[in-house]
Amino acid sequence: MANDHILRRFDEELERLNATINEMGGLTESQFARALAAVRERDTGTAEEVIADDARVDALDAAVQEQTVKLLALRQPMAVDLRVVLSSIKIAAALERIADYAKNTAKRSIVLAQGTAPASAVAGIDRLGRLVRSALKDVLDAFADDDVAKARDVWNRDEEIDQVYTGLFRELLTYMMEDPRTITACTHLLFMAKNIERAGDHVTNIAELVNFRSTGKNFAEARPKGSGALYTADGAS
Amino acid sequence: MAASRANALYVRRRFRNGIARSLAYAAAAFGLGWLVLILAVLLFNGIGGLSLAVFTQDTPPPGSDGGLLNAIVGSIAMTILAILIGTPIGILAGTYMAEYGRHEKLTMIVRFINDILLSAPSIVVGLFIYEIMVAPMGHFSGYAGAVALAVIVIPVVVRTTEDMLRLVPDTLREAAASIGLPRAHMIVRVAYRAARAGIVTGILLAVARVSGETAPLLFTALNNQFFSLNMNAPMPSLPVVIFQFALSPYEEWQKLAWTGALLITFTVLALSILARSLTARRT
Amino acid sequence: MNIASSSQAPVVGTPVATHAGVSTVGLSEKVSIRNLEFFYGDARALKNINLSLYANKTTAFIGPSGCGKSTLLRILNRMYDLYPGQRATGEVMFDGENLLDAGMDINLLRARIGMVFQKPTPFPMSIYENIAFGIRLYERLPRAEVDARVEQALRRAALWDEVKDKLGASGLGLSGGQQQRLCIARTVAVKPEVILFDEPCSALDPISTAKIEELIDELKQDYTIVIVTHNMQQAARVSDFTAFMYLGELIEFGVTEKIFTAPDDKRTQAYITGRFG
Repeated sequence: MANDHILRRFDEELERLNATINEMGGLTESQFARALAAVRERDTGTAEEVIADDARVDALDAAVQEQTVKLLALRQPMAVDLRVVLSSIKIAAALERIADYAKNTAKRSIVLAQGTAPASAVAGIDRLGRLVRSALKDVLDAFADDDVAKARDVWNRDEEIDQVYTGLFRELLTYMMEDPRTITACTHLLFMAKNIERAGDHVTNIAELVNFRSTGKNFAEARPKGSGALYTADGAS
Repeated sequence: MAASRANALYVRRRFRNGIARSLAYAAAAFGLGWLVLILAVLLFNGIGGLSLAVFTQDTPPPGSDGGLLNAIVGSIAMTILAILIGTPIGILAGTYMAEYGRHEKLTMIVRFINDILLSAPSIVVGLFIYEIMVAPMGHFSGYAGAVALAVIVIPVVVRTTEDMLRLVPDTLREAAASIGLPRAHMIVRVAYRAARAGIVTGILLAVARVSGETAPLLFTALNNQFFSLNMNAPMPSLPVVIFQFALSPYEEWQKLAWTGALLITFTVLALSILARSLTARRT
Repeated sequence: MNIASSSQAPVVGTPVATHAGVSTVGLSEKVSIRNLEFFYGDARALKNINLSLYANKTTAFIGPSGCGKSTLLRILNRMYDLYPGQRATGEVMFDGENLLDAGMDINLLRARIGMVFQKPTPFPMSIYENIAFGIRLYERLPRAEVDARVEQALRRAALWDEVKDKLGASGLGLSGGQQQRLCIARTVAVKPEVILFDEPCSALDPISTAKIEELIDELKQDYTIVIVTHNMQQAARVSDFTAFMYLGELIEFGVTEKIFTAPDDKRTQAYITGRFG
């Protein structure tokens, strides 16, 4: 996508931008996976690592900002180049948010490790997390390979994630009603579920951006919405 | 080794350059030298004869004093008439060639013939006018002289007009056309304006050219010992008077011939300088 | 694109009528080019061009050198008529008339479709005369009215304040940017309906260029504008519609935003992003 410019420096800069995004994607994926592991295995050490490593993601985000500003100012990118630059800014922002959710999940896992959380609820979080993690991996592959079909596939999976989230939400409510002693743990789990679901939304956004970057168009249909059972309007996303 | 070879080459090149440059300087000095010599001899021989009488008295009979008044007036009259006849024709022809017929075959033919005319021996022009005017009319006349000079004026004006109009950028023509200006308006209001200095220069050069012509006048206006404004009769002119007086055995006449030559030469010089400065101001 | 231009007559809503993928809702066609071909002698310089120029919009022609964009522009005011061996076939409809018709009065046509050139071309006369000249060609007006029209045209071209004290001075004494604005004033003074700009800024510095671009944006309110430019950023900045031409063909025509963000054709994309050209 970045090759063939008459000005070769331009190619190099676009390639560097792509490489930065790829690196940031890899790191974010690892952060997310390790945060899930920390929850699953009550591993506070890993959780601490995730929290510490968030700064690296932030640094890469800053690098993307800097590179894109430079490209916009010095190269005046047009058409596909413009879309590459614009989508890069937004993808980096989305990855940064996903990493933030991972960090938040890791923080809560430390609290959770000290108490007793219902095992099946933790398993539910892990299931939701795996879905999002697989979507994240696929969307990063789609980005690296400029694979619009794969991006669309990821984009379609958001519905499933929303359904699993809704189910988990109900399950946690049930636990809390049945046994008020689990309320603290379940509230943390609830927030985690929400974080993971939000991360999934950002993955969907990235899928949309990969498509925009390549074709200049948005996926034609309206985004699949989550079940209307939780809120009447889904304004946030 | 490579360095020394380059060095030898360079020295040889410099040597050849030196020779070529010296030759060029010598050639320039040779040409200029003659000009300076001519001007010097003219000044030396002619300036002594310069007096008010030259401008107030007519050419004298042999052996007596006089001036060049009739010749000067005759020259001026015939030159003005020649310019009046030749300039419009020349400008119109040049305009056709540069504006209307730029891509026509006719233009190429006209330009070719015009160039021949430009360098044609002027005596041929004199003979031609003799045949078509003097012979049928039965007598020499100032009109015939003016027409002969006009024939010399025309190719000069045609050439300069065409060249100067061609120097007007096409973008200016397009700009004029782009506000809906018809072509004739464009030529008169825009192209002539832009080429004005050049065209005037061409006319001045034509004046300079004809004011020294002798040969065509010998067969057409001939000469006249007396002051005359009648252009239907033989008319005196400076070049012809110089020609006649210089060849005569009389000292007074020879002296007047030098003075006349001085006058013509400096008039032509002044016109050339004026023309030059007009062109210079334009660019 | 600034707010003023996009709020003027935005291309909105579901495309009911489309031309080359362009929604034409709310637009009126000023010039309609159909099956246009152009020949320099035997060489075909334009191939089957179909294009609409919309009223009060700016359309940019872009493309590499020799693609035919200037040729196309110069057909619109029959400028090619000045030169022999050039001919156009097809239709260029302007107010219900085919301006390629042999019977078309070319001078009147050019008064209605003005043109500004690559190099500033002030006439060799005073600033005042440069403008009054064109006005007096088609209208017999009292002196005071001509004065008013000259001032109006110079104001329209954002030049009045710079020259109002030296209207009698030669137009050739102005700076390049001022000369170009003088030429725009001269064009505007004749009250055309369409103004053609043939690379109007290629000889100007960036500040003068910005002034001309601002002017083009303002002129759009009253005129239909067509601009040929080598500078793609300029096309992006000033135009509402962009036509990309290549090797004598119209490759893509569309809303400028679309051409510069997501062109449909690979060649357009390659040219716009600096991959060939």
